Amino acid sequence: MSALLEPFRRPERVRRLTAELRQATTRPWTLMEVCGGQTHAILRHGLDRLLPDGLELIHGPGCPVCVTPAAAIDRALELSTSPGVILCSYGDMLRVPGSAGRSLLEQRAEGANVRVVASPLDVLAIARDHPGCRVVFFAVGFETTAPATALLAHQAWRSGLTNLALLVVHVRIPPAMEALLAAPEGRVQGFLAAGHVCAVMGSEELEPICQRFRVPVVVTGFEPVDLLEGVLCCVRQLERGESRVENAYTRASPPQGNAAARALIARVFEPVDQEWRGLGVFPASGLRLRPPYDALDADFMQASSPGIPAASLGSPSICISGRVLQGLDRPTDCPSFGVACTPERPLGAPMVSAEGACAAYWHYRQRDGSAAAGVP
Amino acid sequence: MPSDPAERVQLGHGGGGGLSQRLIEELFVPAFGPADGVLHDAATLAAGPGALAFTTDSYVVRPLVFPGGDIGRLAVIGTVNDLAMVGACPLALSLALILEEGLAMAMLRHIVAAIRTVAAECGVPVVTGDTKVVERGKGDGIFITTSAVGRLGPGPAIGPPAVQLGDAILVSGDLGRHGVAILAARQELGFRTDLQSDLASLLPAVQALLAEGLAVHALRDLTRGGLASALTEIARGVGLELRIQEAAVPIAPAVASACALLGLDPLAMANEGRLVLFLPTAQAEQARAVLQTFQPEAAIIGTVAAAGSAMGGIVLLENAYGVLRRLTLGQGEQLPRIC
Repeated sequence: MSALLEPFRRPERVRRLTAELRQATTRPWTLMEVCGGQTHAILRHGLDRLLPDGLELIHGPGCPVCVTPAAAIDRALELSTSPGVILCSYGDMLRVPGSAGRSLLEQRAEGANVRVVASPLDVLAIARDHPGCRVVFFAVGFETTAPATALLAHQAWRSGLTNLALLVVHVRIPPAMEALLAAPEGRVQGFLAAGHVCAVMGSEELEPICQRFRVPVVVTGFEPVDLLEGVLCCVRQLERGESRVENAYTRASPPQGNAAARALIARVFEPVDQEWRGLGVFPASGLRLRPPYDALDADFMQASSPGIPAASLGSPSICISGRVLQGLDRPTDCPSFGVACTPERPLGAPMVSAEGACAAYWHYRQRDGSAAAGVP
Repeated sequence: MPSDPAERVQLGHGGGGGLSQRLIEELFVPAFGPADGVLHDAATLAAGPGALAFTTDSYVVRPLVFPGGDIGRLAVIGTVNDLAMVGACPLALSLALILEEGLAMAMLRHIVAAIRTVAAECGVPVVTGDTKVVERGKGDGIFITTSAVGRLGPGPAIGPPAVQLGDAILVSGDLGRHGVAILAARQELGFRTDLQSDLASLLPAVQALLAEGLAVHALRDLTRGGLASALTEIARGVGLELRIQEAAVPIAPAVASACALLGLDPLAMANEGRLVLFLPTAQAEQARAVLQTFQPEAAIIGTVAAAGSAMGGIVLLENAYGVLRRLTLGQGEQLPRIC
C-alpha cells in the first residue's frame, strides 16, 4: 500500500477509534457525509458496519456528475454532434445519461469527437493543436475542480484562444447543505464536510450553517482513520449539545483554505442560482463565468441563465435518485436497484458515477452479495 | 442480448469487465459454445496427455512501445500464456498483422524483431502469417492477431471445472503494473512513474509448478479486467464462493498510489505476466515457494470457502477490519474520477 495512505488505514487505529465511538455514543444519531468520495470509502472499507448501533451515516449529494442537470448533459450531447466540435470532459461525466437516456460515451461510439481529460489545462493543448475545431470543455464539479476550470478560463482568455468554449456546471456545497437542513423531511443532525472542498474554500463558509441550524459540521478526510475521526468529533459534539465547525482533517485542510484558488474562483466566476439534478434549484449554489470570461461561454450557455434552465429533470419517475441524494432513502430502498437499474443500464446518475451512492451500494453491497456478506 | 436497434459497440465491450462478459455470455457462447458455458483461456482439442490445445488472441495497444515491452512482445507472450493456463507447451504460432497506412517502417521492423526474439525465448516457431494494410485513420498503427497450438502435459486437465471446495488461491506476483504503466505511457493523465509493464511469459512458472508434482486445479492469466475479472468469471463458472483476504493481495506502492489518485481499482487493472492459481490448501506453501522463485511477491490470497449462494458463484473480499464485501466487475473502460 502507498506509504502516504498506510497510516490512515492501519487496522489498530481503526479498532481504537471504533472502540472510542462505542464509548462516546449514548443515543442514536444521524450524520451525513456530504461527499460521494467519502460515501464510497465508507462502503468500500465497510466502516458503517463498524459503528455502534443507532449511529447512522446517510449519504449526501456530493457527487458532481449526479447533480449535473440532464439539460446540461443534453446540451453537451448536442454540442458533441455539431460538426467540428471536440467535446472534452472528465471520464466520469461520459457515462451519465441525459434526458433521453443517452450518454456521451454512447455518442462517442457513434462517431462524436468526445475526449476524456484528466486536467482542464489539457483542453488548452487540444485547442491549440486543433485550430480548425471548436473545443468545448464540459466543466463540472464542486469547489474542488472549479479552480482548475477558472485557471483554464483565465489562460484561454489571456492567450486569446478563439476556438475554446466552456459549458460550466460548477456547483457550491454550502447552499446544498443549507437546503438539506431546511427541508421538512431532513434527518441530518450533523455533517461530515468534504475535506478537499474545505482545503480550497476553508471552513469559514460553514460557520453560518452551524449557527443557523445548530448542527455540528466536522471537516473530514477520506481514509478510514480520517472518516472515523470525523464521525467521533461529530458524535462528541452532539453528545455535549455543541454545534461548531471543527477540523478533523488539519493535515490537508487549513482553516483559511487555499487563498490563491479562492481568489481565482472569485475572479472568474460569480454565484448563480443552479438546478441540482433530482433536487431542484438552490439559490447561489452554482457558478457562472463573469465578465470578461463570459465571452468563453457566450454562444452556448445563454442568457436565460441563472445557470442551466431548470426545465427538464431527466430522471425517469421510477428513479428515486432525488431522495437518495438527500439522504432520505438508501439506494437499496429503491425497487429498481440492481434489477432495472445497474451501472451498465442506469436509470439515474447515482448508479453511474464513481462518486454516486447507488454505484457504491452496487459495488460493495449488492443484494445477492449482502446476504452472504456481514461482519463475521 | 436484447436487440435495441440503437445499441452500439462501446470501448467498454472490450475492457474485460461486465460489458465484455455480457457480450461473451449473451452473444458468443450461445453462438459457439461451449455447451457447459465454462470458458477457459485455451481450448483442448481432445482429452488426455499429449492432446492439442488451441488459442487465439488479438492485440491492440497504444502506445505501441511501452515501458517493459511492445505490442509484438505482448502478442507472442499473451498467446503463449493462454496455452500455459491449460498446462500446454506451445508448438507453433501464427501471426496476422493489420497495418495502418503511414506506420513508420522502422516501427514495424522493431516490432517484428521483438516478435522474433520473444518467440525464440518462448521456444515457439512462427510458422504462418498474413498481412493486411488499411487506410490511414482506419487502424491504430498496427493490430496483431496470434494463434497457437500447444501440447498438453501429462496429468489431469487443468481448468475451472477442477476447482474444489477448500482450494487455496494464489497470485504469482504483485498486480496492476501493466495497466498503470500503459496509462502513464499515454501521458494523458499527467503523472509519471518508473513502473514497467509486468509483461512476461508464465510458461516457466507453470512448468515449475507441474514439475514439482503439484496438483494444479486451475490457472488463469490476469489480463484485461485484472484479478477482479478472472476471479468473478471463475466463481460464476463453477458456482463456488471464493474468499480473498484483501490485505494479502500484493500491490506495489507505486501502483496503489496511482490507482488511489485516479480513482481506479488495482484489482481491476490489467496485467500481462501474472496468474491466479487454484490448488489444494495442503500444497499452497509449496506452490508459493515455487512461484516466489520467479516473483518474490507471489502470495496466497484466499480460499474456495463455500458452495455458492442461490445466485451462483461469488467472490468476497475480507478487509483488514474483518468486513466482507463482494468483489464486482468494473464496467469495462476504467475512467478516472472527477475529484
